[in-house]
Amino acid sequence: MWLSARLSAATTVLLLPIGVLLAWWLSRTRRRWAVVVEAFVALPLVLPPTVLGYYVLVSLGSRSPLGRAWQDLTGSTLAFSFKGLLIASLLYSLPFAVQPLLAAFAGMDRRLVEASAVLGRSPLSTLWRVVLPVCKAGLASAAVLTFAHTVGEFGVVLMVGGNIPGRTRTVSVSIYDSVQVLDDAAAARTSLALLAFSLVVLTTLYALRRNGSAFRMDL
Amino acid sequence: MIELRVRRHTVDVGISLDLDRPTVTALFGPSGSGKTTVLRALAGLDDSGGGVLCGDDVWDDGRVIVPARRRGLGYVFQDPALFPHLDVRRNVEHGLHALSRGERRSRAMEALALVGAGGLADRRVTTLSGGEAQRVALARALAPRPRAVLLDEPLSALDTPTRTALRAELREVLTAAAVPAVLVTHDRAEVLALADEVVLLDGGRVLQRGTPVDVFSRPGTPEAAAVVGVETVVPGIVVGRTVDGLVEVRVGDRRLLGTTTDDPPGSGEALVCIRAEDVHLATDRAAQASARNQLPGTVTSVRDEGVLVRVDVDCGFALAAYVTRGSALDLHLAPGRPVTANVKAPHVHVVPRAGQPSR
Repeated sequence: MWLSARLSAATTVLLLPIGVLLAWWLSRTRRRWAVVVEAFVALPLVLPPTVLGYYVLVSLGSRSPLGRAWQDLTGSTLAFSFKGLLIASLLYSLPFAVQPLLAAFAGMDRRLVEASAVLGRSPLSTLWRVVLPVCKAGLASAAVLTFAHTVGEFGVVLMVGGNIPGRTRTVSVSIYDSVQVLDDAAAARTSLALLAFSLVVLTTLYALRRNGSAFRMDL
Repeated sequence: MIELRVRRHTVDVGISLDLDRPTVTALFGPSGSGKTTVLRALAGLDDSGGGVLCGDDVWDDGRVIVPARRRGLGYVFQDPALFPHLDVRRNVEHGLHALSRGERRSRAMEALALVGAGGLADRRVTTLSGGEAQRVALARALAPRPRAVLLDEPLSALDTPTRTALRAELREVLTAAAVPAVLVTHDRAEVLALADEVVLLDGGRVLQRGTPVDVFSRPGTPEAAAVVGVETVVPGIVVGRTVDGLVEVRVGDRRLLGTTTDDPPGSGEALVCIRAEDVHLATDRAAQASARNQLPGTVTSVRDEGVLVRVDVDCGFALAAYVTRGSALDLHLAPGRPVTANVKAPHVHVVPRAGQPSR
């Protein structure tokens, strides 16, 4: 349980800045190949988690250049570790951070960005001083969705983390374990907790979205 | 001097703008004529697809593009586009980030005072009326002391009383700020009230350019005439109001009665506009007409323009009239013939013009 919270928190904290910059770039760029980047970002939405997990495992494993470099550097392996899990989570939850931000950026008044540019502000300054304050609701959505989605992910965690108690066994994986060992009571308990958590998160999110104007003012 | 060539979609416009003197240049035309496209390309908000030169600097040659933030221009949109999360003063300070905190504050207050919004500094922008918000937007554009300010139909989103009030002030503000302005508008009154020069655009091309008086009273081509409508535009002086709400205006040694949308009515300098189709010609002085303005004069030229005949009359000032070909024959209209031009007061549009032209 604690592991899931830690993983989700770390993923959210790291992914938000990445997601903001990526969404900002995607919303502004006129380069043709931006659509390819967009497709890559959305890939985890359609790809079976096992596929993504497999590729992450291969590229982090001790036989890949990255995995070996990490091993030489730190003496520990990336695969089957919390750090490896974190990298996988970042990739897997990327669309859940980027999509709400993209929608928020696209939905805001374009002339606010133009006004800021004409007033001499750089794109990054405009992002920080104008876009993010105006798109607070989208930012909150991105954070909540990233967190909740990371808590609930299973396939990637199993592939990359390897289900090591205390190190890489998250809530969703522990349910699978419980069922495997025919401990229905434990599976039911954990499932119910996860269901309740997800429901509360999403209800809060939609409530905030519905009276978005009040939300923007108070936050 | 800015040399501007914009080629986008159906627009192909090349104009040079003299931004060394604080003059107001209006880009006038119907919607779809390309005027906003030109303005946005000048500001660097869209690619020009051609070339923009500012003096010796290349702003856009298709490869090298100077971004909007480095062009040193101010821009006012049709809607205020104020930053909703900042108060009025911080909105105005947004373009002053290179200055110290104290300087930022004083410059912002100075700009707000200039546009008559000094009392709004601490207000949330969401609580402003349309007119107030547009004043703040103008202050925000002027505060960084841009080399020129670009106004994209800045008054068209406002209701009529607010629009006429702000129109009257806008010229004074621009004169006081001593900043050249490029104004995009489809409102003839705005051109007449504000502009020193007008560039007539239609279908993505420049049809004509010149002073508002020249372009509106003497369109050079049938296309230009179709866009502006043929109109007599002469400078006059507002001398008073009649009890029934008409404006009395002196043009040369003539006095005309007309109407104005401005309330309270401006006094002093104004432009008097009379459309050629609203002028009725008579050769018999005695024929009593309901028109409040009956101006004796002499025909100076008669020109066949298809269905209608354009007759120019010298009645103390040059007045253009459209009559049908039949009337022209019946009245024996020819140069030198004495006539009386009748114009109803509601057809004499008086547009107050604050301040001297700046050239």
